[in-house]
Amino acid sequence: MAEETGLVFHPMDQFIVKPLFGDGPVMWYTPTNATLWMLLAVACVVALFVLGTRGRAVIPTRLQSVAEVFYGFIYKMVEDVTGHDGVKYFPWIMTLFLFIFFSNMLALIPMSFSPTSQIAVTAVLGFGVFFAVTIIGFVKNGTHFLGLFWMKDAPMFLRPIIAVIEVISYFVRPVSHSIRLAGNITAGHAVIKVFAAFAGVALIAPASILAITAIYALEVLVAVIQAYVFTILTCVYLKDALHPGH
Amino acid sequence: MELAAAAALGKFIGAGIAAIGAGIAAVGVGNVAANYLAGALRNPSAAASQTATLFIGLAFAEALGIFAFLVALLLMFAA
Repeated sequence: MAEETGLVFHPMDQFIVKPLFGDGPVMWYTPTNATLWMLLAVACVVALFVLGTRGRAVIPTRLQSVAEVFYGFIYKMVEDVTGHDGVKYFPWIMTLFLFIFFSNMLALIPMSFSPTSQIAVTAVLGFGVFFAVTIIGFVKNGTHFLGLFWMKDAPMFLRPIIAVIEVISYFVRPVSHSIRLAGNITAGHAVIKVFAAFAGVALIAPASILAITAIYALEVLVAVIQAYVFTILTCVYLKDALHPGH
Repeated sequence: MELAAAAALGKFIGAGIAAIGAGIAAVGVGNVAANYLAGALRNPSAAASQTATLFIGLAFAEALGIFAFLVALLLMFAA
């Protein structure tokens, strides 16, 4: 009978960082499930790009053509958004994209852990981008970089107000940049688990399993789009740092 | 004792109110996509060059909904 109608497991349990060996306290050096899945993501990137392009064949193998599609896609994005002088930051942006893409994709394996659902992980990426872009902006343009906040086209009496708004929006960037990724992945995985809990009730199990299938497909899309969005916003911020005038 | 019960209830009511923000962000995301589609159907040749802008706009609109979701989560699990 259906005496157990509440949630058997909590939908947020999947985001708990646990030590891999034993269950002691989690210190900064403890290998946890987050460490494991991040290492697996790096291993996938290495496997695809080192093993895949090792042959350097003129007619690419299947793995090599996948690697080439990734490379070409990100290269074109960097060139389109940041312009020709942004291309030398391409390796950095490619690294970001591949790490986030493979973390998101591996997290879709059932019973896996999603490193990008941890705000700690995405905040390191987001604030890393923020500091790097700010430093690049000052090194490349000197104090001219502050022109990003001082709109020369605006009427004089509006410029201080716009400057305040621009400064606030500049400092909110790393926060929204990192929380967008973590929030999207957390929300998606929690929704899947909520529907998985409904699957235990025999009456609505078929509808629930159909819903899980549909949401899983949506999550595959979200995983790709969020990696893309994170990367293209990095490109946009980089463009602002390289050309603060416009 | 009653104060603790009211606080526990208020947490969930607050989380529910915060979730309204996520719904309103959905209107914003739909607005971005709808206007992109309307523009793309009028001038299909310019559509492909604007997909990057589309995704940036979607991301900005969606981020605020995610913030609302985050507030709901914080109220339910952290407060």
